[in-house]
Amino acid sequence: MSKSRVWKFHNDVDTDQIIASQYLLLPNIDEMKGYTFESLDPDFAKKAQAGDVIVAGENFGCGSSREQAPSVLKALGIKAVVAKSFARIFYRNAINVGLPVIICKDLYDDVNELDEVELDLLAGSIAFGEKEYTCTKLPELMQTILNTGGLINYLNNGEV
Amino acid sequence: MGMTIGEKIIARAAGVSEVKAGDIHTVTLDRLMSNDGTTHLTIDMYNNQLKNPKIADKDKIVFIMDHNVPAENPKTAQAHKKMRDFAKENDIVLYEGKGVCHQIMVEDFVCPGELIFGADSHTCTYGALGAFGTGVGCTDLLYAMVTGNSWVLVPETIRFNLTGKLPEGVYPRDLILTIIGDIGANGANYKIMEFAGEGAHNLSINDRLVLCNLAVEAGAKTGIVEPDEKVVEYVEAHGRKAENLFVSDEDAVFEKVYNYDLSQIKPVVARPDFVDDVIPLEELEPVKIDQAFLGSCNNGRIDELRIAAKLLKGKKVCEDVRFIVAPASNAVYLQALEEGIIDILMEAGAMVMNANCSVCWGSCQGVIGENEVLISTGTRNFKGRAGHPSSKVYLGSAETVTRAAITGYIQA
Repeated sequence: MSKSRVWKFHNDVDTDQIIASQYLLLPNIDEMKGYTFESLDPDFAKKAQAGDVIVAGENFGCGSSREQAPSVLKALGIKAVVAKSFARIFYRNAINVGLPVIICKDLYDDVNELDEVELDLLAGSIAFGEKEYTCTKLPELMQTILNTGGLINYLNNGEV
Repeated sequence: MGMTIGEKIIARAAGVSEVKAGDIHTVTLDRLMSNDGTTHLTIDMYNNQLKNPKIADKDKIVFIMDHNVPAENPKTAQAHKKMRDFAKENDIVLYEGKGVCHQIMVEDFVCPGELIFGADSHTCTYGALGAFGTGVGCTDLLYAMVTGNSWVLVPETIRFNLTGKLPEGVYPRDLILTIIGDIGANGANYKIMEFAGEGAHNLSINDRLVLCNLAVEAGAKTGIVEPDEKVVEYVEAHGRKAENLFVSDEDAVFEKVYNYDLSQIKPVVARPDFVDDVIPLEELEPVKIDQAFLGSCNNGRIDELRIAAKLLKGKKVCEDVRFIVAPASNAVYLQALEEGIIDILMEAGAMVMNANCSVCWGSCQGVIGENEVLISTGTRNFKGRAGHPSSKVYLGSAETVTRAAITGYIQA
């Protein structure tokens, strides 16, 4: 299991902070991704590497329904978002674009930025140091959508 | 077991006699709305990623351009062209430059009892007409466009029993901001906020739209006011039929019940950068502003424009302040023209924009600069929401905003 670096964010990170309004009408996600978290850390997109994880507090992704928010995170190679809780539209959008979102109440208080954690997405568990964290399981339907790689694959596979 | 309004709407859309919170159901959507914030991405997915692209029922789909209208740069113009061309090719109704999507949906489409997906978080507005509107991302919207269906997890319902009437100078915007301040930005996460009681029935449709529109700022999946004869009147006056007026059963299960006496509500503001950082206006140290905004799907209707005109008549906007006004739709704009409201606003020095999302969207009109302060009737005050990341947005009622535009300060 490969290790993932942690990027830590506070409570109530809203979708405007993940990707600001002024970039949403750019032609595609690749053109938008360089502006991810711009208002919080203008260099985030440069620093983030494939396989990194975001660890956040409560209500991650609150605010607008812009699917560009989980999409730019996925496009940067973010492996998963682990938060104490998620806002509902972001949560659903993330699954739909194939970005794993994991509810874990305890990890946030234990880790610091750039710590390394091990994520087992299939088992729904996270290891940090000597400690093992179990996470809330997705409803079966959402797990199936995620396993398929997102809602478009689910649709193309004729799962309906 | 009894059901809540939201559960009844989902049961109808799922074609079953009963649902309960926590169930997952496949539902047939009554209507789908998509605006220029994401439609270009939906179209790209439709054209490039689907094995069998087709549209289940074009008559259920409404495209509305309202976020960056008219286009402010060539890339937006291109996104708009994509939307226009796709609508034409697929014979989908398209509104361009006619107002904010939710106001248009309420004026021209929404019926009580409907389940509506909109690719915009403030789709929860439609609960003012007894419908279940909820915001989704563009992939969910695409899935529903192609199949006519989607899935929903039936949310729990939080009931807000409202009594009494709001005092003079206090508005539904103060009420909903007060509630959000009380329960927090995730106080209703994944829940339905149901408003009922004689206090709710005392509210006009305009007022109910204000209330339901901000439900998502407490995390709610939707907000619904118990529909009554005012809903029937509104819907029929707009040329539609009002069937399926659902109310909660007496033995319906609520996750929580809150009681609010409207006569006790005071003017409030939400401070930057969180909608739930709410403080009574009288407790706020005066804040100097650079810009004031009156408009948005929350607060750009005729009632709010009337409030502004009443306060501004014979007065001038403070010379250090830009006061930007954007009516929520052309219907609102035309009515304001007829009532002489636009004359009053312009003579006072306000800039009156076309009907669109304007300053609330923070990317098209009236963007604010470094460290500038905005008082707004918009939906959100997130960091950088109206422009530069260092700028600050306060949220208040139309009266609080207009008074600030005149004096240059947010103050009681």
